[in-house]
Formats: sequence, C-alpha cells, structure tokens
Amino acid sequence: MAVISRGFGARRRDSDPHLPPGQYLTEDFPVLSAGPTPRIDTDDWRFGIRTEAGAAVSWTWEEFRALPAEDVHTDIHCVTRWSKLGTSWRGVSLDTLLDAVDTDAAYAMAHSYGGYTTNIPLDELRDGRAWIVFEFDGEPLDPEHGGPARLLVPHLYFWKSAKWVRGLTLMDQDEPGFWEQNGYNMHGDPWTEERYW
Amino acid sequence: MTVGGWRAASVVEVADVTPSARVLRVMVPGWPGSDAGQHVDVRLTAEDGYQAVRSYSMGSYGATETIELAVDEIPDGEVSPYLVRDVLPGDELEVKGPLGGYFVWRTGGAEPVQLIAGGSGIVPLVAIARAARDAGAAASVRLLYSVRTREDAIYRDELDRGVGDGGVAVTWRYTRVAPVGWQGGVGRIDADVLRDAVWAPERRPVVYVCGPTGFVEHVSDALVELGHAPERIKTERFGGA
Repeated sequence: MAVISRGFGARRRDSDPHLPPGQYLTEDFPVLSAGPTPRIDTDDWRFGIRTEAGAAVSWTWEEFRALPAEDVHTDIHCVTRWSKLGTSWRGVSLDTLLDAVDTDAAYAMAHSYGGYTTNIPLDELRDGRAWIVFEFDGEPLDPEHGGPARLLVPHLYFWKSAKWVRGLTLMDQDEPGFWEQNGYNMHGDPWTEERYW
Repeated sequence: MTVGGWRAASVVEVADVTPSARVLRVMVPGWPGSDAGQHVDVRLTAEDGYQAVRSYSMGSYGATETIELAVDEIPDGEVSPYLVRDVLPGDELEVKGPLGGYFVWRTGGAEPVQLIAGGSGIVPLVAIARAARDAGAAASVRLLYSVRTREDAIYRDELDRGVGDGGVAVTWRYTRVAPVGWQGGVGRIDADVLRDAVWAPERRPVVYVCGPTGFVEHVSDALVELGHAPERIKTERFGGA
C-alpha cells in the first residue's frame, strides 16, 4: 500500500509536460559546485580534445570564438530536482569541434578547470545535442555558472554539463567522472530518472 | 554507498528550533546507516496521488534507524512549509538514501578539519561535528557558524556546550543582531574573521563550507585568497526553492 503523507498537497505547484518525473520548476538559476569557483582569464583559456589514439587538438579563446556559434533554447534539469524551462544560451556545437578529430571512441570524459570531470557517451555529444557555451541570456557566462565557457548537454542531468570546461578526452571504455564516483549515475537521463547508482 | 529504492518512514518527533526551522526525527526501518554529511531524498504523497520530492541534509549519521532532518521553511515553498508547520509524530513519508559521497567526513584523516556554516547550512556540519566528537577527534575540528541572529541558529544549545562537552570548538558570527554582551563584531564573514576562526592554510585543513549560494561563493573565494588550496575546500550550496 502506498505511503500517504497526511494533509500534504495544499501548496502544490502546477505540473508541466516539459517537467521530467520528480522535478519541480524554478525561476532562479541555482548554483551547485563541489568547490570554489575557478576564475579563468580568457587569455589563458584553452579548450582541447585528445583522441583515444593520443592525437590532440586545441583552441585558444580567440580561435574558439572564431568558430561558427549558434543560439540554443532549451530546458535544463538538475539532479537536485529543480528544472528551468526555456533557457537561452549561445555556443559552439560539439559537432563543429569533433569535426577536427578522427575518432572511433565510444565515450568522452569532460575535464574542467578546478579538476571536475564527467563522463558522457560520445554519440550523445553529436547531432546537435551538445555545445560549448559562452553566453547565458545574451550575457557572457558568469564564473559561478561555469564561465568563461561550459559544456551544455541539456538532455542529460545538468551535472553532465561541466562548468569551466577545458577539454574532452575520448575513450573506448566508459569511466566514471567526479560525481559518477560519488554516487551519481553513469548516464543521467532525467526522463528515466537515472539519478543515482 | 547503496541507495536502493524508496523506504517507508514515519515521523517520531518534531521540535521547533527557530522561528522558521524544525528538527524532525524520522524512523526508517531497514535504514542502512550513513556517513556524516550525507543527505536524503524525501517523498511526500497526497491522498490523490500527487507527489513531491526534495533533498534534505541529515544532522544524524552512523548506524541508526532513526535519522534526523532539520528543515528550514522556504515561505513560498511547497514541501518545507508542510514539514515545518504541518507534519506531526506518526505521519508517514518516504525516504531514499543515503545520498552523496563527497561532502562527507569519515574518521581516520590526519589533517585538521574546518567547518563553516551559513544559516541552515549547519545541518550536515552538525553531523560531522557529532561524528568527530563521538570519535574523540573533536580537538582537530573547528566550526564557524554564521547566522542572522541567535534565535535563527539551529542546534544552538548543543553547539554552546561545545568543547566542555567533548564537542568541537564553535566560533559564532552574527550578521544582523548579536546577543547582549557580545564582544565580537557583527556582519558577514570577512577575511579577518576567517583568519581568526579558521585553521591556518599552513596546517592544510580540509574545509567544508555549506550554506546559501551567495554565502558559499563569498566564503570560498575569501578562503582561496587567504591561501587555502581550492582542492581542499568542499562546498555544498543551497539554491532554488
């Protein structure tokens, strides 16, 4: 028999078909990070990709910003249960960046300034589903939200959208990143609630 | 760490501890125990099947079937007003966890430990302070607790007993109003407060900072400025509703 919490439900919120199970809507933009916010000067910033064969390519900020960029309008879902609908970003598609390397890898590990890591199947970074974004709501991305640039993979829980991203390591085998070693799911699909181990 | 599914649980005790916060003791049959600093998901189900889930830190730790949650009311929230105003002993809810494998403390570390709490960020840090006290490790653990006023301080009586009771040393910081007879300053934590109340960077402490986003950003930035290594600062930020 289901557990009923006596008298609960008086203050319930509107449901929304864009809201995955177990999530609630927020209008703010909460910040969740495991440590202090790194401050990265764009003069020192690099983004690199290293393939499973060891080949490496990297971009300076200037080179990165010269790549074609696109506007992205999407919903985001945090494993801590808030979702924010209709967010606006601008960034470079991972399709554009991955075109610069030759790879048959199946997985990627995103690495961040500050040491954060997170693992994602490489296929899920392709086909217009992932970006390196540098603007939020038409403004440069704040450091506390991952600026100067963060990964955006909005179809997965937001811990996969690594802040302060500095590169991808492409891998044949999946490996756990930071939160994936600390209790969170290897994949992280919000629609099937892939939250924890 | 094993999360498992939802566990039926019942509230065994409620205590109003500040004008907006309540400590709940919740019996979870089969609970596997937890590390100090972990949290749980709490699921509430209305009679018509409507559900809501939120995460709450535990003030308790270790092998026990009765866990302790301290909940601060978010006035326009949906779940916290129920837990702070409505729930009574005997009421049922569901719990999943323990959750989180990073913002935790376990016995055996050689380095000093600094805890820094803002407001209701005290909850997981109280679990760590209790675990350190119980392990006889309190002498290497310090707590700096920033609250608006004394009346807003969850766990104030327990923390006041502090060192005399074998607990961790506590430094209070009041941001709005200090109690009568208070000798220190009033205002938010600044570099001087951190220099006085926090283990020096040369001692290489592990620092746990927990509170609202603005508090955690401000304190962790100031710690880095003072020479604390970023990788030794663990943060947990509250945000959203």
